[in-house]
Amino acid sequence: MKKVYARPASLKEAPFHYCPGCGHGIIHRLLAEVVDEMELREKTILVAPAGCGMLIYNYWDIDIVESAHGRGAAVATGIKRVRPENLVLSYQGDGDLAAIGTAEGFHAANRGELITIIFVNNGVYGMTGGQMAPTTLLKQVTTTSPFGRTAAREGYPIKMCEVLSVLDGTSYLERVAVTKPAEIIKAKKAIAKAFQHQFNKTGFSLVEILSPCPTNWKMSPLEACRWVDDVMVKEFPLGVIKERK
Amino acid sequence: MNGNSAAAEAAVLAGCTCYFGYPITPQNELGEYMARRLTEVPGGVFIQSESEIAAINMVLGAAVTGARAMTSSSSPGISLKQEGISYLAADELPAVIVNMSRGGPGMGNISPAQSDYFQATRGGGHGDYRTIVLAPASVQELADLVMLAFDLADEYRNPVMVLGDGMLGQMMEPVSFPEGYVPREYPKDYILTGAKGRPSRMVRSLLFDVKENEEKNWKLFRKYQRIQATEVRYETFLLDDAELAIVAYGTSARIAKGAIKRLRQEGLKVGLIRPITVWPFPEKIIQETAKQMSEFFVFEMNTGQMIEDVRLALQGRGRIHFYGRPGGVIPTPVELSRIVSRHYYQARGRK
Repeated sequence: MKKVYARPASLKEAPFHYCPGCGHGIIHRLLAEVVDEMELREKTILVAPAGCGMLIYNYWDIDIVESAHGRGAAVATGIKRVRPENLVLSYQGDGDLAAIGTAEGFHAANRGELITIIFVNNGVYGMTGGQMAPTTLLKQVTTTSPFGRTAAREGYPIKMCEVLSVLDGTSYLERVAVTKPAEIIKAKKAIAKAFQHQFNKTGFSLVEILSPCPTNWKMSPLEACRWVDDVMVKEFPLGVIKERK
Repeated sequence: MNGNSAAAEAAVLAGCTCYFGYPITPQNELGEYMARRLTEVPGGVFIQSESEIAAINMVLGAAVTGARAMTSSSSPGISLKQEGISYLAADELPAVIVNMSRGGPGMGNISPAQSDYFQATRGGGHGDYRTIVLAPASVQELADLVMLAFDLADEYRNPVMVLGDGMLGQMMEPVSFPEGYVPREYPKDYILTGAKGRPSRMVRSLLFDVKENEEKNWKLFRKYQRIQATEVRYETFLLDDAELAIVAYGTSARIAKGAIKRLRQEGLKVGLIRPITVWPFPEKIIQETAKQMSEFFVFEMNTGQMIEDVRLALQGRGRIHFYGRPGGVIPTPVELSRIVSRHYYQARGRK
């Protein structure tokens, strides 16, 4: 019998603990698939973030170092500068990259660091229980914007890909979603392309992944996916934001 | 050579290939020296980072790949680095941090001060940890201790701080470096290089299981005990016949030596205990000294921080006097000798 689907070698034999409908499991797997297919398992060093995504080290069978909240891009910079031959990834959430670690991410991008940031945007602080994130949509209710986010009080959702696109150091920026098969396939291609940019030394690469958080959005997994597809993408349009050839 | 440049050259000789830092006075010559010098070193990496926070995290990234990495700053910048120092300690990664401290708190000024003693010797960041803290008193000793710092960092897989001040950083003094020095190699079975031909590794401090985290804390504690047992360093000066011992470190110890020379000329039997490691603190020599005499005079360029360690070491024995000048004021040997002599004669009167 032909085997058509198996656990990627870069993943440990551990079931994901994430909430039902959470995007992290899909993203972990996509990354592992790309790493396997490009035969990069023995070349990859991943910087794990603070937040739900930090638990990637329970699942990834790859060298991993943990970073303080927001500092992933700086840690990845230190690694990559010493070991340019490795694939260096930083896995970061929206609070991590667009709030506490804006400076580190922005300047790593501006220096054109040959690293790839996997930027998981779910519009809330997941692990701490659903507080407002820099990417929370206007009118979106969170535990710290209980009456809905307003521009006057909390400012606007930050579009990180667009912000970074004006920097000359950035080489590849794409926004994808992990809500349905077609989008998941695009996400996988975007990840592979970002890795290619890193190896081609064209500059900094980042894949922003719109990812459902049904628990903190207080939705069913299906409703959460639909909300990404119908509402979130209006603020955060999918597609290649920048690609340097 | 000025102290900052000497520290940088010493680091390079000790095998440091990575420097990350953010400009702040009075230690800028260190980063400037590295910006040129590391281009001559194979694999040399110099980054002027966007902040001190980024710099210390770049150090962490370089350290986790096994490179000898350092950063430097001055008081306000060291506060920002404390987050990363806590992670380095928790991850048991080696790193060298130079603090050319200045007058605080807040912005303070750029004059020499010893106001960061508590921060340096008590861990400094969050969590139950310690850093080894070396306190040089001359440019030569600064260079020597920077070289030692890299070995201690690797030996114990722990961040090491070299605690100087603006005076030490800016001062020009002759300095000699060892010729043909070959840095010691340490086993690096923890570093991340990509999991090639070995199981994958993870370097982390997150431990949800409280029992596991408790054991990790005790493990660190046992390491700190080993450091306390083996790495204490100090110098004594004219202590054998002394009736009063000044306890001072770094720049203030230098001023104290000047004062002691004057006092000795006048026939006052005053000696010096100079901690070179301020953590681990050399408490045994203080306890030994307390067996032969009772007058201890703590002199610091702050309002009194190391005095607490002297008090702890003495455990109620002896008498402790204090003189301090905070805020970036550099006291003179004459000024100090006058105050010491008053206490010296008062103590004689009590006998």
